[in-house]
Amino acid sequence: MAANELAASLSVVLGGATVTDLARLTGGASRETWRFVADDRPLILQRQRGGDVRDMATEFAVLRAAHAAGVPVPEVITASTDPSGLGAAYMVLSHVDGETIARKILRDETFAGARTHLTADFARALARLHSIDTASVPSLQSTDQVVQYRQVLDSFGDPHPAFELAFRWLERHRPPTGRQCVVHGDFRMGNIMVGPDGLRAVLDWELSHVGDPMEDLGWLCVKAWRFGSRKPVAGIGEYDELFGAYAQAAGVDVDPDVVRWWEVLGTLKWGIMCIMQTQSHITGLARSHELAAIGRRVCENEHDLFLALDGRW
Amino acid sequence: MIPHDPPSAQQLVESVREWLERDVLASTTGRVQFHTRVAINVLAMVERELELGPAQATDHRDRLQALGFADDAELAAAIRSGVVDDDGPQAGAVRDAVWASVRDKLIVANPRYLEA
Repeated sequence: MAANELAASLSVVLGGATVTDLARLTGGASRETWRFVADDRPLILQRQRGGDVRDMATEFAVLRAAHAAGVPVPEVITASTDPSGLGAAYMVLSHVDGETIARKILRDETFAGARTHLTADFARALARLHSIDTASVPSLQSTDQVVQYRQVLDSFGDPHPAFELAFRWLERHRPPTGRQCVVHGDFRMGNIMVGPDGLRAVLDWELSHVGDPMEDLGWLCVKAWRFGSRKPVAGIGEYDELFGAYAQAAGVDVDPDVVRWWEVLGTLKWGIMCIMQTQSHITGLARSHELAAIGRRVCENEHDLFLALDGRW
Repeated sequence: MIPHDPPSAQQLVESVREWLERDVLASTTGRVQFHTRVAINVLAMVERELELGPAQATDHRDRLQALGFADDAELAAAIRSGVVDDDGPQAGAVRDAVWASVRDKLIVANPRYLEA
Protein backbone atom coordinates (compact mmCIF):
# COMPACT_ATOMS: atom_id res chain seq x y z
CA MET A 1 0.00 0.00 0.00
CA ALA A 2 1.50 3.35 -1.08
CA ALA A 3 1.83 6.12 1.50
CA ASN A 4 -0.96 8.25 -0.01
CA GLU A 5 -3.34 5.25 -0.04
CA LEU A 6 -2.39 4.47 3.55
CA ALA A 7 -3.10 8.08 4.58
CA ALA A 8 -6.55 7.89 2.93
CA SER A 9 -7.34 4.56 4.64
CA LEU A 10 -6.12 5.92 7.99
CA SER A 11 -8.51 8.83 7.60
CA VAL A 12 -11.38 6.35 7.12
CA VAL A 13 -10.55 4.21 10.19
CA LEU A 14 -10.21 7.43 12.23
CA GLY A 15 -13.70 8.58 11.33
CA GLY A 16 -12.75 11.09 8.63
CA ALA A 17 -9.87 12.81 10.45
CA THR A 18 -7.47 14.87 8.33
CA VAL A 19 -4.26 12.80 8.08
CA THR A 20 -0.99 14.60 7.35
CA ASP A 21 2.80 14.19 7.81
CA LEU A 22 2.75 10.39 7.37
CA ALA A 23 6.31 9.08 7.68
CA ARG A 24 7.73 5.58 8.07
CA LEU A 25 9.87 4.96 11.15
CA THR A 26 12.29 2.08 11.52
CA GLY A 27 10.46 -0.98 12.74
CA GLY A 28 11.13 -4.55 13.71
CA ALA A 29 10.90 -7.63 11.51
CA SER A 30 7.31 -8.31 12.59
CA ARG A 31 5.72 -4.92 11.99
CA GLU A 32 5.95 -1.50 10.36
CA THR A 33 5.79 1.66 12.43
CA TRP A 34 4.54 4.97 11.01
CA ARG A 35 4.20 8.45 12.50
CA PHE A 36 1.45 10.81 11.38
CA VAL A 37 -0.80 13.66 12.46
CA ALA A 38 -4.61 13.35 12.59
CA ASP A 39 -6.46 16.64 13.11
CA ASP A 40 -3.36 18.20 14.72
CA ARG A 41 -2.83 15.23 17.07
CA PRO A 42 0.44 13.29 16.62
CA LEU A 43 -0.21 9.53 16.46
CA ILE A 44 1.64 6.27 15.80
CA LEU A 45 0.52 3.44 13.53
CA GLN A 46 1.82 -0.09 14.03
CA ARG A 47 0.91 -2.47 11.22
CA GLN A 48 1.62 -6.19 11.18
CA ARG A 49 3.85 -7.57 8.44
CA GLY A 50 3.25 -10.68 6.40
CA GLY A 51 4.88 -13.72 7.99
CA ASP A 52 4.13 -12.65 11.58
CA VAL A 53 1.67 -15.19 12.90
CA ARG A 54 0.99 -13.57 16.27
CA ASP A 55 -2.50 -12.38 17.12
CA MET A 56 -2.25 -8.61 17.40
CA ALA A 57 -5.61 -8.52 19.20
CA THR A 58 -3.88 -9.94 22.28
CA GLU A 59 -1.31 -7.16 22.16
CA PHE A 60 -3.80 -4.34 22.02
CA ALA A 61 -5.92 -6.02 24.69
CA VAL A 62 -2.93 -6.14 27.05
CA LEU A 63 -2.02 -2.53 26.18
CA ARG A 64 -5.53 -1.43 27.12
CA ALA A 65 -5.40 -3.45 30.35
CA ALA A 66 -1.99 -1.92 31.17
CA HIS A 67 -3.35 1.57 30.56
CA ALA A 68 -6.31 0.84 32.83
CA ALA A 69 -3.93 -0.48 35.52
CA GLY A 70 -1.94 2.76 35.46
CA VAL A 71 1.16 1.45 33.68
CA PRO A 72 2.72 4.25 31.60
CA VAL A 73 1.89 3.12 28.05
CA PRO A 74 0.67 4.76 24.85
CA GLU A 75 -3.12 4.94 24.65
CA VAL A 76 -4.79 2.68 22.07
CA ILE A 77 -6.85 5.06 19.87
CA THR A 78 -8.21 2.39 17.56
CA ALA A 79 -7.12 -1.12 16.58
CA SER A 80 -8.32 -4.00 14.44
CA THR A 81 -7.26 -7.40 13.14
CA ASP A 82 -9.55 -6.95 10.10
CA PRO A 83 -7.23 -6.50 7.09
CA SER A 84 -9.91 -4.66 5.09
CA GLY A 85 -9.12 -1.37 6.89
CA LEU A 86 -5.35 -0.94 6.38
CA GLY A 87 -4.35 -4.12 4.56
CA ALA A 88 -3.20 -5.91 7.74
CA ALA A 89 -3.87 -5.99 11.48
CA TYR A 90 -2.99 -2.62 13.02
CA MET A 91 -3.19 -0.39 16.04
CA VAL A 92 -3.16 3.40 16.23
CA LEU A 93 -1.51 4.68 19.40
CA SER A 94 -1.03 8.06 21.03
CA HIS A 95 2.43 9.48 20.34
CA VAL A 96 4.72 9.61 23.37
CA ASP A 97 7.66 11.98 23.07
CA GLY A 98 11.07 10.73 24.19
CA GLU A 99 14.07 8.53 23.44
CA THR A 100 14.34 4.75 23.09
CA ILE A 101 17.93 4.39 21.86
CA ALA A 102 19.87 2.73 24.69
CA ARG A 103 23.26 4.32 24.00
CA LYS A 104 21.76 7.82 24.17
CA ILE A 105 19.84 7.11 27.39
CA LEU A 106 22.99 5.59 28.94
CA ARG A 107 25.42 8.31 27.90
CA ASP A 108 23.80 11.62 26.84
CA GLU A 109 23.88 14.52 29.30
CA THR A 110 20.15 15.11 28.60
CA PHE A 111 19.34 11.95 30.57
CA ALA A 112 21.84 12.41 33.44
CA GLY A 113 19.04 13.33 35.85
CA ALA A 114 16.77 10.53 34.63
CA ARG A 115 19.55 7.98 35.12
CA THR A 116 19.61 8.65 38.86
CA HIS A 117 16.09 7.22 39.25
CA LEU A 118 15.41 5.10 36.13
CA THR A 119 16.09 1.83 37.96
CA ALA A 120 13.39 2.74 40.49
CA ASP A 121 11.09 3.89 37.64
CA PHE A 122 11.55 0.51 35.96
CA ALA A 123 10.84 -1.34 39.23
CA ARG A 124 7.62 0.62 39.81
CA ALA A 125 6.42 0.10 36.22
CA LEU A 126 7.12 -3.64 36.52
CA ALA A 127 5.30 -3.90 39.86
CA ARG A 128 2.34 -2.08 38.33
CA LEU A 129 2.20 -4.22 35.18
CA HIS A 130 2.53 -7.40 37.25
CA SER A 131 -0.64 -6.31 39.08
CA ILE A 132 -2.77 -6.43 35.90
CA ASP A 133 -5.63 -8.88 36.36
CA THR A 134 -4.83 -11.84 34.08
CA ALA A 135 -8.57 -12.46 33.68
CA SER A 136 -8.84 -9.10 31.90
CA VAL A 137 -6.73 -10.46 29.02
CA PRO A 138 -7.99 -14.05 28.63
CA SER A 139 -6.16 -14.61 25.32
CA LEU A 140 -2.71 -14.20 26.94
CA GLN A 141 -0.86 -17.52 26.77
CA SER A 142 0.91 -19.16 29.68
CA THR A 143 4.05 -20.62 28.13
CA ASP A 144 6.94 -22.53 29.68
CA GLN A 145 9.89 -20.49 28.40
CA VAL A 146 12.38 -23.37 28.69
CA VAL A 147 10.16 -25.67 26.61
CA GLN A 148 9.36 -22.92 24.12
CA TYR A 149 12.97 -21.95 23.40
CA ARG A 150 14.09 -25.60 23.37
CA GLN A 151 11.59 -26.12 20.53
CA VAL A 152 12.81 -23.01 18.69
CA LEU A 153 16.45 -24.13 18.98
CA ASP A 154 15.62 -27.66 17.81
CA SER A 155 13.72 -26.29 14.80
CA PHE A 156 17.01 -24.95 13.38
CA GLY A 157 18.81 -28.29 13.62
CA ASP A 158 22.32 -26.94 14.35
CA PRO A 159 23.99 -28.43 17.46
CA HIS A 160 25.04 -26.04 20.25
CA PRO A 161 26.82 -27.92 23.07
CA ALA A 162 27.17 -24.74 25.17
CA PHE A 163 23.40 -24.16 25.01
CA GLU A 164 22.82 -27.79 26.00
CA LEU A 165 24.96 -27.25 29.12
CA ALA A 166 22.84 -24.19 29.91
CA PHE A 167 19.58 -26.10 29.41
CA ARG A 168 20.85 -28.81 31.81
CA TRP A 169 21.71 -26.20 34.41
CA LEU A 170 18.31 -24.54 34.03
CA GLU A 171 16.50 -27.86 34.43
CA ARG A 172 18.53 -28.77 37.53
CA HIS A 173 18.12 -25.37 39.19
CA ARG A 174 14.57 -24.47 38.21
CA PRO A 175 12.91 -22.52 41.04
CA PRO A 176 9.46 -23.59 42.27
CA THR A 177 6.62 -22.10 40.23
CA GLY A 178 5.98 -18.65 41.62
CA ARG A 179 3.10 -16.25 41.35
CA GLN A 180 1.59 -16.26 37.84
CA CYS A 181 0.82 -12.86 36.40
CA VAL A 182 0.98 -10.74 33.25
CA VAL A 183 4.63 -10.60 32.14
CA HIS A 184 5.78 -8.02 29.59
CA GLY A 185 8.32 -10.43 28.10
CA ASP A 186 10.67 -7.87 26.51
CA PHE A 187 11.14 -5.17 29.18
CA ARG A 188 14.55 -3.62 28.40
CA MET A 189 16.26 -0.54 26.98
CA GLY A 190 15.10 -0.10 23.39
CA ASN A 191 11.50 -0.91 24.31
CA ILE A 192 11.09 1.84 26.89
CA MET A 193 10.47 5.50 26.09
CA VAL A 194 12.57 7.75 28.33
CA GLY A 195 12.57 11.52 28.76
CA PRO A 196 14.81 13.82 30.82
CA ASP A 197 12.23 13.30 33.61
CA GLY A 198 12.54 9.48 33.52
CA LEU A 199 10.41 6.58 32.23
CA ARG A 200 7.56 7.82 30.02
CA ALA A 201 6.11 4.70 28.38
CA VAL A 202 6.56 0.93 28.23
CA LEU A 203 6.40 -0.13 24.56
CA ASP A 204 6.49 -3.34 22.48
CA TRP A 205 4.17 -5.72 24.28
CA GLU A 206 4.16 -8.33 21.53
CA LEU A 207 5.97 -10.96 23.68
CA SER A 208 3.71 -10.49 26.71
CA HIS A 209 2.35 -13.65 28.30
CA VAL A 210 1.33 -15.13 31.64
CA GLY A 211 4.27 -16.25 33.76
CA ASP A 212 6.53 -15.63 36.76
CA PRO A 213 7.03 -11.89 37.37
CA MET A 214 10.73 -12.54 38.09
CA GLU A 215 11.15 -13.29 34.37
CA ASP A 216 10.88 -9.56 33.60
CA LEU A 217 13.45 -8.66 36.29
CA GLY A 218 15.90 -11.28 35.03
CA TRP A 219 15.52 -10.21 31.37
CA LEU A 220 16.20 -6.58 32.34
CA CYS A 221 19.58 -7.69 33.76
CA VAL A 222 20.78 -9.77 30.76
CA LYS A 223 24.26 -8.61 29.73
CA ALA A 224 23.27 -7.74 26.15
CA TRP A 225 20.90 -5.06 27.51
CA ARG A 226 23.72 -3.31 29.41
CA PHE A 227 25.09 -2.01 26.09
CA GLY A 228 28.70 -2.08 27.27
CA SER A 229 28.03 -0.58 30.72
CA ARG A 230 29.26 -2.41 33.83
CA LYS A 231 26.01 -1.84 35.75
CA PRO A 232 23.88 -5.00 35.75
CA VAL A 233 20.37 -3.53 35.59
CA ALA A 234 19.87 -2.21 32.04
CA GLY A 235 23.33 -0.65 32.21
CA ILE A 236 22.16 1.94 34.75
CA GLY A 237 21.54 0.31 38.12
CA GLU A 238 22.66 -2.24 40.69
CA TYR A 239 20.76 -5.42 41.54
CA ASP A 240 19.99 -4.22 45.07
CA GLU A 241 18.43 -0.98 43.79
CA LEU A 242 16.11 -2.91 41.45
CA PHE A 243 15.18 -5.56 44.00
CA GLY A 244 14.60 -3.03 46.81
CA ALA A 245 12.46 -0.70 44.69
CA TYR A 246 10.45 -3.62 43.28
CA ALA A 247 9.85 -5.11 46.73
CA GLN A 248 8.65 -1.75 48.00
CA ALA A 249 6.33 -1.15 45.03
CA ALA A 250 4.96 -4.70 44.69
CA GLY A 251 4.88 -5.59 48.38
CA VAL A 252 6.70 -8.90 47.79
CA ASP A 253 10.29 -9.86 48.54
CA VAL A 254 12.63 -10.61 45.65
CA ASP A 255 14.77 -13.77 45.81
CA PRO A 256 18.02 -12.89 43.96
CA ASP A 257 18.62 -16.57 43.10
CA VAL A 258 15.29 -16.77 41.29
CA VAL A 259 16.06 -13.60 39.32
CA ARG A 260 19.48 -15.06 38.48
CA TRP A 261 17.85 -18.22 37.11
CA TRP A 262 15.71 -16.04 34.84
CA GLU A 263 18.77 -14.00 33.86
CA VAL A 264 20.56 -17.20 32.76
CA LEU A 265 17.45 -18.25 30.81
CA GLY A 266 17.33 -14.73 29.32
CA THR A 267 20.94 -15.00 28.16
CA LEU A 268 20.14 -18.34 26.53
CA LYS A 269 16.97 -16.86 24.96
CA TRP A 270 18.88 -13.94 23.46
CA GLY A 271 21.41 -16.41 22.02
CA ILE A 272 18.58 -18.35 20.38
CA MET A 273 16.99 -15.08 19.18
CA CYS A 274 20.32 -14.26 17.47
CA ILE A 275 19.98 -17.53 15.55
CA MET A 276 16.38 -16.59 14.65
CA GLN A 277 17.55 -13.24 13.29
CA THR A 278 20.33 -14.71 11.18
CA GLN A 279 17.88 -17.36 9.91
CA SER A 280 15.61 -14.61 8.59
CA HIS A 281 18.53 -13.61 6.34
CA ILE A 282 19.55 -17.17 5.43
CA THR A 283 16.01 -18.22 4.49
CA GLY A 284 15.51 -15.03 2.46
CA LEU A 285 12.75 -13.54 4.65
CA ALA A 286 14.86 -10.37 5.03
CA ARG A 287 18.20 -10.34 3.22
CA SER A 288 20.66 -8.18 5.18
CA HIS A 289 24.36 -8.43 6.07
CA GLU A 290 23.45 -6.88 9.44
CA LEU A 291 21.11 -9.80 10.23
CA ALA A 292 23.68 -12.25 8.80
CA ALA A 293 26.36 -10.90 11.17
CA ILE A 294 24.10 -11.40 14.21
CA GLY A 295 24.53 -15.16 13.74
CA ARG A 296 28.15 -14.73 14.78
CA ARG A 297 27.05 -13.08 18.05
CA VAL A 298 25.67 -16.38 19.34
CA CYS A 299 29.08 -17.18 20.87
CA GLU A 300 28.93 -13.96 22.96
CA ASN A 301 25.90 -15.45 24.72
CA GLU A 302 27.64 -18.81 25.06
CA HIS A 303 30.55 -16.97 26.70
CA ASP A 304 28.21 -15.17 29.11
CA LEU A 305 26.44 -18.44 29.94
CA PHE A 306 29.77 -20.02 30.85
CA LEU A 307 30.60 -17.17 33.19
CA ALA A 308 27.13 -17.41 34.73
CA LEU A 309 27.31 -21.17 35.24
CA ASP A 310 30.72 -20.72 36.87
CA GLY A 311 29.19 -18.18 39.22
CA ARG A 312 31.28 -15.38 37.67
CA TRP A 313 29.01 -12.43 36.92
CA MET B 1 47.54 -26.53 -2.47
CA ILE B 2 45.44 -24.04 -4.48
CA PRO B 3 45.91 -22.97 -8.12
CA HIS B 4 45.16 -19.28 -7.55
CA ASP B 5 47.52 -16.38 -8.12
CA PRO B 6 48.14 -13.73 -5.47
CA PRO B 7 46.46 -11.96 -3.79
CA SER B 8 45.18 -14.61 -1.42
CA ALA B 9 41.50 -14.72 -0.46
CA GLN B 10 42.45 -13.03 2.81
CA GLN B 11 44.30 -10.24 0.98
CA LEU B 12 41.36 -9.72 -1.40
CA VAL B 13 38.89 -9.34 1.47
CA GLU B 14 41.36 -7.05 3.25
CA SER B 15 41.56 -4.79 0.17
CA VAL B 16 37.78 -4.33 0.13
CA ARG B 17 37.68 -3.68 3.89
CA GLU B 18 40.39 -1.03 3.53
CA TRP B 19 38.45 0.69 0.73
CA LEU B 20 35.29 0.75 2.93
CA GLU B 21 37.31 2.24 5.81
CA ARG B 22 39.21 4.74 3.67
CA ASP B 23 36.61 6.01 1.17
CA VAL B 24 33.07 4.79 1.87
CA LEU B 25 32.88 5.55 5.58
CA ALA B 26 33.86 9.20 5.06
CA SER B 27 31.40 9.79 2.21
CA THR B 28 28.31 8.31 3.88
CA THR B 29 26.08 9.27 6.81
CA GLY B 30 23.31 7.81 8.92
CA ARG B 31 21.97 4.39 8.05
CA VAL B 32 24.34 3.71 5.14
CA GLN B 33 27.35 4.68 7.27
CA PHE B 34 26.12 2.38 10.06
CA HIS B 35 25.77 -0.48 7.57
CA THR B 36 29.25 0.33 6.24
CA ARG B 37 30.63 -0.15 9.75
CA VAL B 38 28.79 -3.47 9.99
CA ALA B 39 30.29 -4.51 6.63
CA ILE B 40 33.81 -3.58 7.83
CA ASN B 41 33.32 -5.74 10.92
CA VAL B 42 32.02 -8.63 8.81
CA LEU B 43 35.01 -8.51 6.45
CA ALA B 44 37.48 -8.30 9.35
CA MET B 45 35.78 -11.40 10.79
CA VAL B 46 36.18 -13.24 7.47
CA GLU B 47 39.88 -12.27 7.40
CA ARG B 48 40.37 -13.73 10.89
CA GLU B 49 38.54 -16.91 9.93
CA LEU B 50 40.66 -17.34 6.79
CA GLU B 51 43.79 -16.92 8.91
CA LEU B 52 42.84 -18.98 11.97
CA GLY B 53 40.15 -21.33 10.63
CA PRO B 54 42.31 -24.27 9.46
CA ALA B 55 44.17 -24.57 12.79
CA GLN B 56 40.90 -24.11 14.71
CA ALA B 57 39.29 -26.93 12.71
CA THR B 58 42.12 -29.31 13.66
CA ASP B 59 41.97 -28.29 17.33
CA HIS B 60 38.18 -28.69 17.37
CA ARG B 61 38.35 -32.19 15.87
CA ASP B 62 41.09 -33.19 18.34
CA ARG B 63 39.08 -31.94 21.32
CA LEU B 64 35.99 -33.89 20.27
CA GLN B 65 37.99 -37.06 19.53
CA ALA B 66 39.66 -36.91 22.94
CA LEU B 67 36.17 -37.03 24.47
CA GLY B 68 35.03 -39.81 22.13
CA PHE B 69 32.68 -37.74 19.97
CA ALA B 70 32.72 -37.49 16.16
CA ASP B 71 31.19 -34.02 16.00
CA ASP B 72 29.27 -31.30 17.86
CA ALA B 73 25.96 -33.03 17.16
CA GLU B 74 27.08 -36.14 19.10
CA LEU B 75 28.45 -34.03 21.94
CA ALA B 76 25.28 -31.91 22.13
CA ALA B 77 23.11 -35.06 22.17
CA ALA B 78 25.22 -36.60 24.95
CA ILE B 79 24.94 -33.52 27.15
CA ARG B 80 21.22 -33.27 26.52
CA SER B 81 20.45 -36.92 27.25
CA GLY B 82 22.50 -36.90 30.43
CA VAL B 83 25.05 -39.43 29.08
CA VAL B 84 27.61 -36.89 30.25
CA ASP B 85 26.77 -37.00 33.94
CA ASP B 86 26.62 -33.42 35.21
CA ASP B 87 28.61 -34.32 38.31
CA GLY B 88 30.57 -37.25 36.84
CA PRO B 89 34.29 -37.44 35.98
CA GLN B 90 33.75 -36.50 32.32
CA ALA B 91 31.78 -33.33 33.10
CA GLY B 92 34.85 -31.17 33.70
CA ALA B 93 36.56 -32.30 30.50
CA VAL B 94 33.37 -31.66 28.50
CA ARG B 95 33.01 -28.18 29.95
CA ASP B 96 36.66 -27.39 29.20
CA ALA B 97 36.25 -28.57 25.60
CA VAL B 98 33.05 -26.61 25.02
CA TRP B 99 34.60 -23.52 26.61
CA ALA B 100 37.65 -23.85 24.31
CA SER B 101 35.33 -23.96 21.27
CA VAL B 102 33.44 -20.90 22.46
CA ARG B 103 36.74 -19.03 22.89
CA ASP B 104 37.82 -20.00 19.37
CA LYS B 105 34.51 -18.75 17.96
CA LEU B 106 34.92 -15.44 19.79
CA ILE B 107 38.53 -15.00 18.65
CA VAL B 108 37.15 -14.96 15.08
CA ALA B 109 33.79 -13.25 15.66
CA ASN B 110 34.66 -10.56 18.21
CA PRO B 111 38.04 -10.88 19.98
CA ARG B 112 37.40 -7.76 22.06
CA TYR B 113 34.53 -9.54 23.83
CA LEU B 114 37.08 -11.85 25.50
CA GLU B 115 39.03 -8.89 26.87
CA ALA B 116 36.00 -7.28 28.53
